Amino acid sequence: MAKTQEQDPKIAIQIRNMNFFYGKFQGLKDINLDVMEHKVTAFIGPSGCGKSTLLRALNRMYSLYPGQRAEGEINFYGQNILEPKQDLNLLRARIGMVFQKPTPFPMSIYDNIAFGVRLYENLAKGEMDERVQWALTKTALWNEAKDKLNQSGLALSGGQQQRLCIARSVAVKPSVILLDEPTSALDPISTAKIEELVSELKSEYTVAIVTHNMQQAARVSDFTAYMYLGEMIEYGKTDQIFIKPQKQATEDYITGRFG
Amino acid sequence: MNSSAVDNATSSGSASVPDSGMRDLRLLRIIRKQRFQDFIFHKITLSFSLIVLVSLVGILISLAIVAWPALHKFGIGFIWRVEWDIINEEFGAAIAIFGTLSSATIAILIAMPLSFGIALFLTETCPVWLRRPLGTAIELLAAVPSIIYGMFGLFIFAPLFAEYGQPAMQSTLGQMPIIGPLFGGATNGIGILAAGLILAFMILPFIAAVMRDVFEIVPPILRESAYGIGCTTWEVVRHIVLPYTQQGVIGGVMLGLGRALGETMAVTFVIGNSQRISASLFSPGTSIASTLANEFGEADDFHLATLFALGLLLFVITFVVLACAKILIIRTERAKGLKT
Amino acid sequence: MNQNLYRRRLLTNRIGIALSMMAMVLGLFVLLWILFVLFKNGFQALDWNMFFKSTPAPGSEGGGLANAIVGSLMMVGFATLVSTPIGILAGIYLAEFGDTSKTAEITRFMTDIMLSAPSIVLGLFVYAILVAQVKHFSGWAGTLALALIAIPVVLRTTENMLRLVPGSLREAAFALGAPRWKVTTMVTLRAAKSGVVTGVLLALARISGETAPLLFTALNNQFFTLDMGGPMANLPVVIFQFAMSPYDNWVRLAWGGALLITLTVLVLNILARVFFREKVSA
Repeated sequence: MAKTQEQDPKIAIQIRNMNFFYGKFQGLKDINLDVMEHKVTAFIGPSGCGKSTLLRALNRMYSLYPGQRAEGEINFYGQNILEPKQDLNLLRARIGMVFQKPTPFPMSIYDNIAFGVRLYENLAKGEMDERVQWALTKTALWNEAKDKLNQSGLALSGGQQQRLCIARSVAVKPSVILLDEPTSALDPISTAKIEELVSELKSEYTVAIVTHNMQQAARVSDFTAYMYLGEMIEYGKTDQIFIKPQKQATEDYITGRFG
Repeated sequence: MNSSAVDNATSSGSASVPDSGMRDLRLLRIIRKQRFQDFIFHKITLSFSLIVLVSLVGILISLAIVAWPALHKFGIGFIWRVEWDIINEEFGAAIAIFGTLSSATIAILIAMPLSFGIALFLTETCPVWLRRPLGTAIELLAAVPSIIYGMFGLFIFAPLFAEYGQPAMQSTLGQMPIIGPLFGGATNGIGILAAGLILAFMILPFIAAVMRDVFEIVPPILRESAYGIGCTTWEVVRHIVLPYTQQGVIGGVMLGLGRALGETMAVTFVIGNSQRISASLFSPGTSIASTLANEFGEADDFHLATLFALGLLLFVITFVVLACAKILIIRTERAKGLKT
Repeated sequence: MNQNLYRRRLLTNRIGIALSMMAMVLGLFVLLWILFVLFKNGFQALDWNMFFKSTPAPGSEGGGLANAIVGSLMMVGFATLVSTPIGILAGIYLAEFGDTSKTAEITRFMTDIMLSAPSIVLGLFVYAILVAQVKHFSGWAGTLALALIAIPVVLRTTENMLRLVPGSLREAAFALGAPRWKVTTMVTLRAAKSGVVTGVLLALARISGETAPLLFTALNNQFFTLDMGGPMANLPVVIFQFAMSPYDNWVRLAWGGALLITLTVLVLNILARVFFREKVSA
């Protein structure tokens, strides 16, 4: 488990008085939270508590769907991304996301990674090759995939596909990576590999992870937020949340008395 | 493990330097280009969608324009006038409408139970290894061009029907009160009943394929729970599958009806093409589509306008049937809280 | 347990299943019968002359279907070329922007209706807007009528196939910062590729057998021609006219032509199925 740094870490994302609505239904109520730079922040809570909703607000994924909206402020290095003039494509290039189920694109492994890079960078062939190798190495996939770069991404196993998706996000060099229950569809060995990867990623990226697995949150995260029914019940350093939670509700959930 | 944020692997010019914001000119250009491309993309696809829409609306309008002389002369009464006198230019649509509706009704009455049976068999009782081939056979037969059904009806079915089918019907159904007259008259094989039967077999695979598809979307868990409390196959279909798929089944039948109403070739070969109306289903008649197919070549001016009026009528009738089917489906789906 | 009730339920069940099996047998029997007749008469009619000679004049011996085969190929080919891009682009609109747009809703509704609307009416439409204006029948008019039939098929299949692509795949592409058009063309459309090809093949099959709209548009032509600007022979109309004729050799040719278009349609359908299955197994 990560030790906390001596100096105060910088805030990457600052959420202030954020409310979220699915049409008339309020999915999130008055959320206030700071996501620290180069730390792993975990969102835990029972199903339907709004943890995924919160994560999807951070890269405005919800904007794809009419009827979903957020109010309040989400400041990403000082800039409120909830403002209408925010360019969503650029935002998403800087805040990457990995989903519950692996989502390899219907193209080769190489192109899966190059796709995102080509969007914002004009790289020569050699540079692109390097970038692909770099991303695959980062996600510990290079040795397994280097001989089949031209094969479809679907040819990989489930765990490898998920690492490919992480590599794809990493390749565009975002500053934040959002992980939405990235291991819930994987076997224990693949899960362990992904968790290891998350711990390594935080040296260069800010990571926010949604998980329904409390042990996972305890293992990989520096900060943990416990949510329930759309509200942020407790937020703090992971050690603190798991060892000495301030609120009874958090303790009940963590000790398995509820949830 | 202490995180070292210094060794940031970001290369110069990439999007990841957190506080470079959006001031980066190159990024601004890319964003502007992307926005423009997305705008164009939206407009292009929208305009193609509009082309489709406009051409469909255009059909209605253009038919109405060409049909105007006839519509103007006969007015709404066109629908129930029975004259069809080409020489004196006195036209009414009643005969053709009667033929269209009666042949389509016969077809749907026969095809509906049969295709239900086929769909039930394919989804519930058919051995698994036979499902694929039988299902594919049904789908392929739904694709056979309608003109083939017409030829089959004329050359093979009609002679046999005249020799065996019609006399048998006359001696049984024809003797019954009330419905007896429906099966009277000469037995020459072609006529409205024959057209209905051929149509029935033409739309049968079509409806069966739709029903099979909707039966298959019933979640296995639902079906299994019903079997789990001891339901028989019949009860599962009756109480679980049918209610669950109701809208799809009705939609499939209505679509089949739409096909039957507008079918030209399968009908023209066997309906007899005679502008007469008779109590007997054995007697030759005509449908809107077959009137069009038969008379269009020789028609000029006013006759042509009348044919267009018939076509417009056919379009309106099928439009109403199909629109009802659609609306019914949408409404049931909304009530069930399902999305398309 | 009430034994009587149980027995009655079993009996109902047996009757129901027996009836459904009879429906299957009857359906299969009639349909196989139709195919048997078609193949028997069709293969008897098949010979090389059919492919190399044009349709015979009334009363004359021999002849073939060369002009009709070429005419059909050309009209169906051009109709496919026209309808494929229109159908796909409009289908993309319905799938990608269709949830919020009123235009899309109306287009979808109209297209669904057109899918089952009588094709003969489309023939009338093209007659009114094209044939009546230039005062003669033409291969182009036939092409237009066929394209109008094919577009709804391509459009709806494209939309359905795009919608079958898991939402998470689209989201994943958006999550990289891709603009919508790239998400659609490079990810969603690619994932739905075989489904879209299926739609095109099905549309092709559908228009290959269409007769009614060609009666008022391409009409027929006794002679061989590659000129799309004038009346053009095509298999369905030739079959229609020849089958209803009193000449034996005409009726024979009609059966031959019927076999040809049926085989074409069936092969296209099987191809479509193969394409779609590839996608499912991938």
